[in-house]
Amino acid sequence: MSIRGARLSSRGKGDKLLEIRDLHVEGFSDESWHPILRGVDLVLNRGEVLGLIGESGAGKSTLGLAAMGYAKPGCRITRGAIRFDGIDLRAASEAQCRALRGARIAYVAQSAAASFNPAHRLIDQTVETAVDHALFSREEARRDAVDLYRRLQLPAPETIGFRYPHQVSGGQLQRAMTAMAMSCRPDLIIFDEPTTALDVTTQVEVLAAIRNIVDEFHTAAIYVTHDLAVVAQMAHRIMVLRHGRTVEEAETREMLSAPREDYTKSLWAVRKLAKPEHPAGAALLSVSGVSAAYGNVPVLSDVSVEVPRGRTVAVVGESGSGKSTLARVITGLLPARSGAMSFAGQRLSISLAERPKDLLRRIQMIYQSPDNSLNPRQTVEETIARPVAFYRGLRGTARNTRVRELMRMVELNEGLLYRLPGELSGGQKQRVSIARALAAEPELIICDEVTSALDQIVQEEILKLLMRLQREFDVSYLFITHDIATVRAIADHIVVMHKGRVVEQGPRHEVLSPPHVPYTELLLSSVPEMDPDWLTRLITSRETGRAERPDRETSPRG
Amino acid sequence: MTTVEQPLGLAGPKRGRMARGWRTLRKAPFSAWFGLVVILAYVIVALFAPWIAPYRETQVFAEPFAPWGGQFALGTDQLGRDMLTRLIYGARNSIGIAFATTLLSFAVGVTLGLIAAMDRGWIDQFLSSVVDVLMSIPSLIFSLVLLSMFGSTIPNLILIIALFDSTRVFRLARAVGLNVVVMEYVEAARLRGEGLGWLLRKEILPNIMPPLIAEFGLRFCFVFLTISALSFLGVGIQPPTADWGSMVRENATLITYGDVTPLLPAGAIALLTVAVNFVVDWFLHTTSGLRDEH
Amino acid sequence: MNPVIRTILQRLGFGLLTLFVVSVVIFSAIAMLPGDFAKAMLGQSATPDTVAAFQREIGLDRPPVERYFVWVGHVLQGDLGSSFASRTGNRRTVAELIAPRLYNTMVLATMTAVISVPLALGLGILAALYRNGWFDRLVNGVTLTTISIPEFFVAYLLVFLVVSRGTFAGTELAQLLPAWAAGTIGWLLNLFPKFPILSNVSERTPFAEHLWRAALPALTLTLVILAHMMRMTRAAIINVMSSPFIEMARLKGKSPMDVVLRHALPNAWAPIVTVIAFNLAYLVVGVVVVEVVFVYPGIGQLMVDAVKSRDVPVIQACALIFAGTYILLNLTADIVSIATNPRLLHPR
Repeated sequence: MSIRGARLSSRGKGDKLLEIRDLHVEGFSDESWHPILRGVDLVLNRGEVLGLIGESGAGKSTLGLAAMGYAKPGCRITRGAIRFDGIDLRAASEAQCRALRGARIAYVAQSAAASFNPAHRLIDQTVETAVDHALFSREEARRDAVDLYRRLQLPAPETIGFRYPHQVSGGQLQRAMTAMAMSCRPDLIIFDEPTTALDVTTQVEVLAAIRNIVDEFHTAAIYVTHDLAVVAQMAHRIMVLRHGRTVEEAETREMLSAPREDYTKSLWAVRKLAKPEHPAGAALLSVSGVSAAYGNVPVLSDVSVEVPRGRTVAVVGESGSGKSTLARVITGLLPARSGAMSFAGQRLSISLAERPKDLLRRIQMIYQSPDNSLNPRQTVEETIARPVAFYRGLRGTARNTRVRELMRMVELNEGLLYRLPGELSGGQKQRVSIARALAAEPELIICDEVTSALDQIVQEEILKLLMRLQREFDVSYLFITHDIATVRAIADHIVVMHKGRVVEQGPRHEVLSPPHVPYTELLLSSVPEMDPDWLTRLITSRETGRAERPDRETSPRG
Repeated sequence: MTTVEQPLGLAGPKRGRMARGWRTLRKAPFSAWFGLVVILAYVIVALFAPWIAPYRETQVFAEPFAPWGGQFALGTDQLGRDMLTRLIYGARNSIGIAFATTLLSFAVGVTLGLIAAMDRGWIDQFLSSVVDVLMSIPSLIFSLVLLSMFGSTIPNLILIIALFDSTRVFRLARAVGLNVVVMEYVEAARLRGEGLGWLLRKEILPNIMPPLIAEFGLRFCFVFLTISALSFLGVGIQPPTADWGSMVRENATLITYGDVTPLLPAGAIALLTVAVNFVVDWFLHTTSGLRDEH
Repeated sequence: MNPVIRTILQRLGFGLLTLFVVSVVIFSAIAMLPGDFAKAMLGQSATPDTVAAFQREIGLDRPPVERYFVWVGHVLQGDLGSSFASRTGNRRTVAELIAPRLYNTMVLATMTAVISVPLALGLGILAALYRNGWFDRLVNGVTLTTISIPEFFVAYLLVFLVVSRGTFAGTELAQLLPAWAAGTIGWLLNLFPKFPILSNVSERTPFAEHLWRAALPALTLTLVILAHMMRMTRAAIINVMSSPFIEMARLKGKSPMDVVLRHALPNAWAPIVTVIAFNLAYLVVGVVVVEVVFVYPGIGQLMVDAVKSRDVPVIQACALIFAGTYILLNLTADIVSIATNPRLLHPR
């Protein structure tokens, strides 16, 4: 057991800091109040870190905010008790709550870029609360802020505070926000998905920095996230929320090794999904030596990729790696500057306008966010029927029969035919997108992050559906994603991209097993694992290896 | 929330939308209902003016500035024309001209705005710079200059005001168009191989209708007020055509004797624009989710 | 180059371009006059010689491009030509005709701006602060009404109120109402100061008297632009208030006043300044109508008279002044927005 584990077991004597009993919160939408939290109990001791986990809409952020006695505009606390260090926050006046917020209970938001005021310097925002509450003089507070920046391993801690939020990278902002939360040495910090918007390699650094400082100051924390592997690194205890109710609560190790509830077990599901790897066959799509640019900014250089018929090729990389640009080049939306492409043995014109209709039909695309990729003014029926009519020329009954057939293929109920996208759930919308692509009877479907906007369980359903359709129709997928877990689950062939180049590619088992190219190594090792000691191990191993290679982030721009 | 399959609502394609519209209307606040009723009344008066008005538009009686009551419900004007009749015909002329101008400015502005949004190339740059220049010119002043050059005829009035007004429509249509053009469903339609007509008609227009309709209301008010102001200044709609703006000017002297008559045509203008604004305000709230709390 | 300076230079260049286009349009006003204009202007008694002389004087015998540059050269030296209307009697240059009028208009516009801008900002911030409270609802209803009504309606309504101060008791309406209601209305009307309903001022009018006589026009203009400025200030602040950093400020325990003044306002300056400039520019336009109503001898009234009598040099001069002010105000707003944008001020 690690040092952390030892400390964990010696604790527990700590007195009660926060106690929430039978909390009910409602939100106002569609002209009426709907329950968000339906009677949640929560107890947090001094110095303890509680992980709150659940899918979108589970009420975890609402619960985190309620711990500050705060409800978002449009929400209200209707029932229950919130006691913070003996103070009844529901009975406390607004002024009393304000005196606590920032000083004794601090908050770290998901998007640091949006949560820092663009008009003020970082250091002024960092020290604001401490100065307001007269805990420090402005000068002392500034010195302290620099000290906090240093502890959080921000580059150039002396000067970074004099920058404006837009001048600093996302991972650094998130650490600066943690420094801001720490400025008054609060008893409790609420972390609301602080690393969700970050790339995995950046996430590791932020997680380590947050964990260290929370440990160091013995601050209690509520860590809200949807990622079990992340919460496993951060929390002593985990609470699973669903539909505003507590599903299960246990010590981290216990929860990971022996989850009791079916729902909790299902949260692991996507990790267990595995498709046998198939060897590559004849190439359906072949991209060779392609380069592309937006204006004068090169985004792809010399990329070569092959997609075999009936197989799944996963393109994996972080934001800015050029993986989505590759999709745009293949579809012809962004004409390549150089290089060649061929599809089913024929030359593939680089520009969309020059491709014949039948070729367009054979390559289809599914997007990340069905909210953007489905026309909000077209019903499900109109959306699916259009490609049927457009490519196959079907009319009347033949068309309707085909639309219903497609609905069945993607496991959607016919009753949804006349709904607008706004009246469907995220998973249903993504199924409609799949049906629309399928309606063209394509040979290649480009899937651009199709599961990243969805909850874990829905992700698994969608992936299963895509795998079944592949078996039935022998369709090929070019699967663009940043999520290594998904890649492990479904890819036959993996392409790793970084800064517009392919750094490594090959069959799944080869790419995922050592030895790795340095970037692949960094990427794979940064993916959190469902093991509470993973982060500690990783940091230790990186620190020993650090002597051999320079720091990744030396300039404040990152 | 997770994907709990919703219970089936077996609504047909048409009935659903009608019902939705009616539900929204029933929930409309008093101000919106008031606005709708007023607009409807104005439209009826404008359409049926010859049947409603007691006299003919330019019929002159021997009694100028007659008091209220008796033969002339609202008295007569400076030439001895029946005030009520002039007010009723004024609805027809003032609203009709403003409506035609707004329609023209929308036809031009929306077409060019969407073309610019779809193009995003040199056509867009050219049109946008022209519009930038036109918008940095005070339109009432330039309408005055242009009218003095070409003369105050109704076609000139409509053309000149529509020209200046279409710049604002262009800006809006381009801006909302740009928001929609970058949407993935438009890209998906492009990838499918759809032509420009389909993209504009089926993918883009339905999604920018609410702001355009709201803007139509606001632009109508603005055009209506501009024309009234020009007529009030004596360079807009010319006599003997009955028009509210000119009627205010012609009868203005009465006000100094404490007579409210000149306020009637001015009030008629104000009431209509207030009504349109109320309806637009409500419409914006219900369609764009501009509710303050979210 | 610093992006702020670059952007400001771009805006200045654009302002000059606009001014050029505007001057071309204004110049064409004279170039595009119909051929028999000189005759119409000079009357039936004009001899062919005088007509030719007149045409030569306004330069109809030379090519338009040359005339444009000559005209611009003159304008830059402050020579705006002579008024057509003064042709028959004593000649008056446009400059001496406009100078006193311009002064009057400036007094009126400044008066209005001084009253309305602080009031609009204050009310807008209050409405945003107490959003959806009774104050906000009241202000929203009232302003929505006032922005939709024409200036001359407001103007004549004010005149009517002043006029009926003493006479209300004698009207039929007063007799119809119960005595207490009529009494209250009469009492309320009497609270209204007895502003002069005609704003005839001259160069000899003392300054205080000038302000007093310009009170009603200034009040009218204030009412007209106040509502718009206030609504936009409120909207700009509320728009910023929905940003995550405002929620963050609340969660840091800032008081509502602090949240608005220290966190929302610094990010709302650009839209607010744009709105103020837009409304001051609108003053330039609105002033025309209001000056006509109150017979205030400003530049707007001069322009309307000139348009009616087709006194082209005067129209040109007025239009140039109006357009120049308008462009300058918009330019100022642009520059302020640029100069308060941290992304431009502190590039990466």
